[in-house]
Amino acid sequence: MKVLRIIAVAVLVVTGVAALGAHYLAPAGYEHQFRESPNAAPSAQHLLGTDDLGRDRFARLLYGARVSLLLAPLAAGISTLLAALVGGMAGYFGGWIERSSLVFVDLFLSIPWLFLLISVRAVLPLNISPQASVVVTFMLLGFLGWAASARVVCAGTRELMKSEHIWLARAMGFSGLKLVRLHLMPNLRGTLLAQFWISVPVFVITEANLGVLGLGVSEPLPSLGSLLRELQNVFTLRPEPWKFVPLVVLIVVVSCFQILLNRSEVRA
Amino acid sequence: MRRLPFLCMALLLTCSAMLAQSGGELRFCIPSEPNTFNPLLPQEVSSGTIIYLTGGVLLRVNRITQEPQPESATAWKVLDGSKRIRFQLREGLRFSDGTPFSAEDVAYTMQKLMDPELHSPTGDAFRSGEGKVMTHVLSPLAVEIIFPAPVANLAKLFDAVPMLSSKSPQKDMAALGPFYMAEHKAGSYILLKRNPYYWKKDSNGKQLPYLDAVRLEIELNKEIEALRFSRGEIHMITSLQPDIFETLASQNVSQVQDAGVSTYTEFLWFNQSPASPIPAYKRAWFVSTQFRRAISEAVNRADMARIIFHGHAQPAVGAVSPANKFWFNSKLKSHPYDPDSALRRLQQDGFHLENGVLRDKAGNQVEFSIITVAANHARESMAAMIQQDLKKVGIKVNVVTLDFHSVIERISETFNYEACLLGLLYSDLDPNGVMNVWLSSESDHQWNPKQKSPATPWEAEIDRLMRAQASAGDERKRKEFWDRVQEIAWEQEPFIYLVDKHALVAISRNVKNTQPSALHPQTYWNVEQLALEPASH
Repeated sequence: MKVLRIIAVAVLVVTGVAALGAHYLAPAGYEHQFRESPNAAPSAQHLLGTDDLGRDRFARLLYGARVSLLLAPLAAGISTLLAALVGGMAGYFGGWIERSSLVFVDLFLSIPWLFLLISVRAVLPLNISPQASVVVTFMLLGFLGWAASARVVCAGTRELMKSEHIWLARAMGFSGLKLVRLHLMPNLRGTLLAQFWISVPVFVITEANLGVLGLGVSEPLPSLGSLLRELQNVFTLRPEPWKFVPLVVLIVVVSCFQILLNRSEVRA
Repeated sequence: MRRLPFLCMALLLTCSAMLAQSGGELRFCIPSEPNTFNPLLPQEVSSGTIIYLTGGVLLRVNRITQEPQPESATAWKVLDGSKRIRFQLREGLRFSDGTPFSAEDVAYTMQKLMDPELHSPTGDAFRSGEGKVMTHVLSPLAVEIIFPAPVANLAKLFDAVPMLSSKSPQKDMAALGPFYMAEHKAGSYILLKRNPYYWKKDSNGKQLPYLDAVRLEIELNKEIEALRFSRGEIHMITSLQPDIFETLASQNVSQVQDAGVSTYTEFLWFNQSPASPIPAYKRAWFVSTQFRRAISEAVNRADMARIIFHGHAQPAVGAVSPANKFWFNSKLKSHPYDPDSALRRLQQDGFHLENGVLRDKAGNQVEFSIITVAANHARESMAAMIQQDLKKVGIKVNVVTLDFHSVIERISETFNYEACLLGLLYSDLDPNGVMNVWLSSESDHQWNPKQKSPATPWEAEIDRLMRAQASAGDERKRKEFWDRVQEIAWEQEPFIYLVDKHALVAISRNVKNTQPSALHPQTYWNVEQLALEPASH
């Protein structure tokens, strides 16, 4: 397992470095259209060929990975923070606060995310750059994706509040923020980390789903999700394995996160 | 004994030829459950298809020649400057239940069609002025319809009016067309069976239609439809996307056909509405003819047609597609791709380039957004191409894909958008069918709807010409007016027409006598002539 974890970390580091260094590694801009060679096969000039508008697929993969790998953790951070706040407070106070918080969480979970995202996107200003738009999209995902984690955090906090060392701390006069800072937070760290690592691949895939619906990242900026749209039409798919590289990258990245997540869960 | 194999072969060939000429069930897909079965109330593709296949009309516009030809009526005459039309009906016609057809049925149909309670879009096309539409039954086989004011394109409008029976116990379900509705399984299929009383016969005197039945399978997903076609489960696809067309072509070239340029146009327009919340300086750009012409010249339409539509589209000329043979103004040519000319136009209008960024007189950076419907890949690609083309003249474009309802809300209610990219199928070839688009007072005058009085002299001129063509009886005069409207639209470019898509169809080799047309319904417009070979029985 240790070797697997090392490989996972190495793959994520290489992918991350390649994505961050896209400006230097990419043979062309992600938006540049080589109109004389649309849908070209891989060549020395275009390592993964070109898409249907003649854009270099390798360049778009590098920039797309940057978008997804940087912003998915941002969204995961937001959702974990919100989950810690709502779930932690519910578990800490218990009673009617816990009950009403969990009703709120259930209500939030029952909202169809996709329609909410579509509605929120529809009211965003039109003249924002694709870069700003993608940040907003991921932040929205973060603000909408906390509810499931909040239930886990609430359960963890409730269990902790019943534990002997917390009873002891309270008997010694610890309460309020001091109790949270010194006793609850250190013990909840594993749970929160696990929730964070679970959320990262979830948001990568959610953005991919939005991308497939054409509601993800705006043109011409790529993301792993928008790159998958090439595979959307099963009937017109041809035996061109290079078109599947973004999918392979997505699967590898998500798998690496899962391998690391298993480790975090064990620690939790 | 030597002759036996030859005799058997001859018998087999004769049988197969006979089978190819009769019987069988033609299958193809419709995209949704029909909203209605009322023959006078077509609302969408599915109900329109059923009405086309079952409705017996007085005359039918030939989808190849685009000229009307006799059907239930043997002759007609337009009188009093298109205020009156007289039909001579075919003798001995019967509805699918055996009820005889007569002039009284025409009167009954017109009465139902013009009932304001029905809100029939077909009926609306006949509403030329205040007053009632009168129908006089002159004899059992002659009828005259009188309108309160001249109706442009009067005869051809009857192509969309299926005759109802005034006496049939089956009411509106009695069909005068080649088929009648026999079975409907909600969400699955609609089965139309051969009308045993259909009047038409082939040159050998054999009664038409050749087919026993038409099965309409309800299937929204275009990919599944293509898969079913390639498996031989359905016989035809009326409208193909270019990528699916190419895939089918690579499988079996003879089954797909590019029927030529259609009346489906993709276009872009800028929001010029004063009710819009966009900044005044941006609206000033959009109102400027030079700005719109410059954008038009900076967009490479030929690349769009070649790359996005795989060559199955052509640069659009203007408001009318060349597919519309009579009404297209052939003097007009597509706007050339010329970024240098575009820049010169912009400079004439006070714009200037500053470090590769275009700025207006006040120094504002020229940047605008284009909204379009999400999940329409071709349209998103067109927006991305426009984005790159306009970057060459220093203009920044933001592409925003929204769900369909949000786009409609923005362009028709809130007017909170800057530019919009959409496509439209002009199913009505007559200019009267687009009065709602070109009259400045109309809500579909998209760039600046519902104007109390025309905002510009050229819009006032278009209003005048459109009204003039609508009231003129002479088609040549109408064409003169409509040609001038097309010229003004070409010069002013309130809509920047981008490409006219081709009609792409797929027809199984088992279906005989097909004549694909660029006009709707491309594959089955001559359904009574279609026949199936034995292999597909």
